[in-house]
Amino acid sequence: MKLELRGITKVFGSLVANDHIDLIVEPGEIHALLGENGAGKSTLMNVLYGLYDPDDGQILLDDEPVTFPGPGDAVRAGIGMVHQHFMLVPVFTVAESVALGYEPAGPAGILDLASARRKVQEISERFGFDVDPDALIEDLPVGVQQRVEIIKALSRDAQILILDEPTAVLTPQETDELIKIMGELKAAGTSIVFITHKLREVRAVADRITVIRRGKVVGEASPESTETELASLMVGRSVNLSVEKSPAEVRDHGLVVSDLTVLNGSTPVVDRVTFEVNGGEILAIAGVQGNGQTELAEVILGIEEAAAGSVSLDGEELLGRTVRQRLRSGLGFVPEDRSTDGVVASFSIAENLVLDLYSTDEFSRGVSLNLDRIAQNAEARTKEFDVRLTHIDDPISTLSGGNAQKVVLAREMSRPLRLLVASQPTRGLDVGSIEFVHKRIVAERDQGTPVIIVSTELDEVLALADRVAVMYRGRIVGIIDAAEAGADGINRDALGLMMAGVPLEDAVQQAAGHRSVLASADAAAEGKDLT
Amino acid sequence: MTTPVVPVTAGTPVDDLPTGGPVLGRISYRIPVIYAVLAAVSLLGLAGTLFRRDGVWGQSTEFQSRYGDQWFTIPNFSVPSLLSIIVLTVLMAGAAVYAYVLTAARRTVPVWLHIVVGLSFVVAFLTWAGAGKTSVIPVTSLLAGALALSVPLIFGAMSGVVCERSGIINIAIEGQLLFGAFAAAVVASLATQPYLGLVAAPIAGALVGALLAWFAVRYHVNQIIIGVVLNTLVLGLTSFFFSTLLADNRETWNARQPLGIIEIPLLSQIPIVGPVLFRQTILVYLMYATVIILQVMLFRSRWGLRTRAVGEHPKAADTVGIHVNKRRVWNSILGGAIAGLGGAFFTIGSGLAFGREMSAGNGFIALAAMILGRWNPTGALVAALLFGFSKNLGNVLGTIGSPMPSQILAMLPYVITIFAVAGLVGRVRAPAAEGVPYTK
Repeated sequence: MKLELRGITKVFGSLVANDHIDLIVEPGEIHALLGENGAGKSTLMNVLYGLYDPDDGQILLDDEPVTFPGPGDAVRAGIGMVHQHFMLVPVFTVAESVALGYEPAGPAGILDLASARRKVQEISERFGFDVDPDALIEDLPVGVQQRVEIIKALSRDAQILILDEPTAVLTPQETDELIKIMGELKAAGTSIVFITHKLREVRAVADRITVIRRGKVVGEASPESTETELASLMVGRSVNLSVEKSPAEVRDHGLVVSDLTVLNGSTPVVDRVTFEVNGGEILAIAGVQGNGQTELAEVILGIEEAAAGSVSLDGEELLGRTVRQRLRSGLGFVPEDRSTDGVVASFSIAENLVLDLYSTDEFSRGVSLNLDRIAQNAEARTKEFDVRLTHIDDPISTLSGGNAQKVVLAREMSRPLRLLVASQPTRGLDVGSIEFVHKRIVAERDQGTPVIIVSTELDEVLALADRVAVMYRGRIVGIIDAAEAGADGINRDALGLMMAGVPLEDAVQQAAGHRSVLASADAAAEGKDLT
Repeated sequence: MTTPVVPVTAGTPVDDLPTGGPVLGRISYRIPVIYAVLAAVSLLGLAGTLFRRDGVWGQSTEFQSRYGDQWFTIPNFSVPSLLSIIVLTVLMAGAAVYAYVLTAARRTVPVWLHIVVGLSFVVAFLTWAGAGKTSVIPVTSLLAGALALSVPLIFGAMSGVVCERSGIINIAIEGQLLFGAFAAAVVASLATQPYLGLVAAPIAGALVGALLAWFAVRYHVNQIIIGVVLNTLVLGLTSFFFSTLLADNRETWNARQPLGIIEIPLLSQIPIVGPVLFRQTILVYLMYATVIILQVMLFRSRWGLRTRAVGEHPKAADTVGIHVNKRRVWNSILGGAIAGLGGAFFTIGSGLAFGREMSAGNGFIALAAMILGRWNPTGALVAALLFGFSKNLGNVLGTIGSPMPSQILAMLPYVITIFAVAGLVGRVRAPAAEGVPYTK
């Protein structure tokens, strides 16, 4: 089916999320929609899927104008969508999830679950998905949940499938499988709209690329374009994709974590984790979201309780101390969810900058706050960290994600640190802010502070880390040293395999013999031999 | 058919990594401890009265199962008090030990053991309370009374299940029960026909449910607050009419109109449980039907699947074309109707005229029963029955003159509920989107 969007415009308050966007998706093509976070890709697809009413513009299917008052109408017209955050009920089985909304039912509305199960099996077999129709959604790994979403769309005869940031939650191997699945769907005649901000993937799978920036289509590109070309189109200026950093000058003090265990009920979510970070180096904790990284970071801060093990900084035990004691002794902590754990949205920027320091002599006297000092502090910090703002007394919720993150960094890094822990420091930020955040983190390391970065983005891990520890199901699968890996750097595929639980040596071996789809695409683009 | 996509993860799976012994969570010895406490209470009760003049030494306890007319009846029978209590106490202690062994081996304690321990404790308690009394322990009427006290609780809990599974917190069950009781009494009295009361009660309850849904869904008012406000509103309204209109002309407006007893042939002749379950008004039979239908529909029907989806993940429901707010409104109205029907039990179901505040907190107990039953119709049924039984146990023991002070007996249902919630249920999982208004 051919899809055409003409002049789609969607306005939220004063923000123009989509500004007269035109897009044509030919039958059986994989059309990538490339843009930074907040560029308006998801808004556009939600308009197409009937979740938002467009303020202007037209949707045409096979050259016939259509309107979708609700998602049900879009589905009936043959549009399927796999949302970035899966639309699955955790306590339902796969068959129930697929059936929901289109349930096969007998008299009195009693469900015909047998036929729902058959349908799942049928599609699952046709595309080699290997999904058990009776498994509970909450027990399935995200990669499989995504396949359930695809089955859901296919079971309603979707001819146009929208995949919204489908690789954000996948391991590199799962991404490979998804790419194969996309190929098979394409061969079966399904058109795919593939939304992403990851340049490598776009080049590997897309037939055509449309780039969106600040709600506008800024150009079309072919998959043969280089990453740098795509990046400058996406950002609107030339960007430096790598982080400049000198070799680590390691000092011998630092953080030693040994046999650290965190339990959730009786299941270990952090399982006998042991590692050390020396002053002046960056250790990246890589892994797919939900493999214990969050808990590990939180136990170092002290908001999660350890069941066993020890965490010592320069020889002092941290476990058993309060969060405030740890912060005062020189721990800087950037939480993974900026909006819920990093800032208080309704507080002013100035207040957010002293959230953990308000009770020090510098900012308070007795029971009263020293507002002048707090204001001076805010002026100085926001200048130093280049926070774009109107006024320091405005609530922090008025700032963009990148600027809010800079406020968090400014707060956490503006005192002498003995350890910096940053979880997902650049999640949801634009390229410009990412560059800035990375530079600040490297600067902190160069001052001799031990730094831990928790990140699910392999690009970020590879760019920043001196050493990489990969976590899988609460355990550290292995630690790779960038310096020892040699001139080629750390093997991406080996890291990817470790993220799926393959131990270090096996992963390195397998990665040498096997090349992922993405790596092959890279090689092809660079004109290298594929074998 | 294409080849399945197999992930490239050959090699040692991570679970076989050579590391130290597993770190396991602490074992919770809650259940064996509860059993041991019950055995200890039983033993203490025994020791406390053993050597007193009215104690259990050499006494016997008489049980009675006759209840109304039956084709054949089991004659009253007595048991030696001391021996019975000792046997039952040993049984409970044995169960505690067995449960300890199971728990230590990280195995779950089977449900039948709960039932054995629970029954043993109740029978031991009755034997102790009735030891040496001239009056008998009326087993059947104890159960019949328990069911009667449970009926409004069960209807209320079902109302809670229907609302909360769709994501609406229904604190207004109390008000729905009271309004149902009021409407049933007034309509039945005006029409001099109790069955018309059965039509009016659910309509009244549905009205309260509709108000709840209107404020909660349309205006996003906090559902707990609007529920409390509605309870107060219904209490005020019914009290006002009770002291004006109903008091002025009692014969027309508030005459007693009891529903007739319908006896199911054969089934009602079963000893002990027959007359309890099958010699009842139509309202009680409707209660059986409601529980069974809800249990089936909630987990096996299109309505149930959609209701649960809306309560767990409304956005997911919306993306497959389910109207989240419409479903919530209808479920809220349906829930209100069920609670309203339950309210009818206070007036026409029990053959009483309407009285001020006659729902007497039952709506809140129903809410607790629903949580205790983990938002499942059958679970809520069992919880409501447990509450009704313990309440009636207090009543019966009061009349036969037990060694316990009446204030302690009146506390019984609440103590049992607290123990059951804290001890047996532990952590429960409410519908994920409960109480959260849905906007796109």
